[in-house]
Amino acid sequence: MNTPSNPSAAAPQVAAARRQATLIVCACTVLNAIAQLLFKMASKNLVLTVPALLTNFPLIGGCACYGLFTIAMVLALREGELSMLYPIIALSYVWVTILSYFLLKESPNVFKNVGIVTIVIGVAVLGRGGRK
Amino acid sequence: MSPVLLRSMFLVFLAGIVGSFGAVFLKLGAMRMTKSIWSLINSRLIFGVSLYLGSTVIYLSALKGGELSVLYPMVSLGYIWTLLWSKLFFKEAIGGAKFAGLALIVLGVVLVGMGTA
Repeated sequence: MNTPSNPSAAAPQVAAARRQATLIVCACTVLNAIAQLLFKMASKNLVLTVPALLTNFPLIGGCACYGLFTIAMVLALREGELSMLYPIIALSYVWVTILSYFLLKESPNVFKNVGIVTIVIGVAVLGRGGRK
Repeated sequence: MSPVLLRSMFLVFLAGIVGSFGAVFLKLGAMRMTKSIWSLINSRLIFGVSLYLGSTVIYLSALKGGELSVLYPMVSLGYIWTLLWSKLFFKEAIGGAKFAGLALIVLGVVLVGMGTA
């Protein structure tokens, strides 16, 4: 029972907190993806004057999503490892690609599809490694 | 390779390094947080967020110069920097699963970039 070399056995609550941190970041990459799409929309008619920026709603929405994502990331980083949580942000690519298919009518292709599946597998492998 | 693309590649490279240090400061700030939500406002977090914003601005200006198929994979270099800093500054254990996971993620981002051409 007493295995100091295994932190999850020594402190189950730490392991649970880390798992929770991982799940928070996974879920919040959706916010990051929405922010990126909104930034892309905002960049199409970007005018660099104060009134134009203040009424650029995609830009404001993008900033809000990005802000929420950053706060979630910081809360997760209290418990989780940086080397574990940071690469998970790559899940954003998966959401951006899928959302672009539907919202921006971008055409799917083999590279994109294989790419997003590979990213998901990578995040899963990473997540398993951090559990030990 | 056109000078514009080279410039963009350099900017994305730079954005990755700046962003990875942003992540380091976010972690430093997060470690100093107390139970209070107001502890979100601390110098390390503010610096970390500033670096992040800086990296985003550099990244966006790079994207103007073009080909996402080349630039996307370079963005994922940022993950490799962050793994390095995690080991160096926070003594995090970097095992086979993290390398394997990261390699798959980078490969996936490269593929998505190729598909975006």
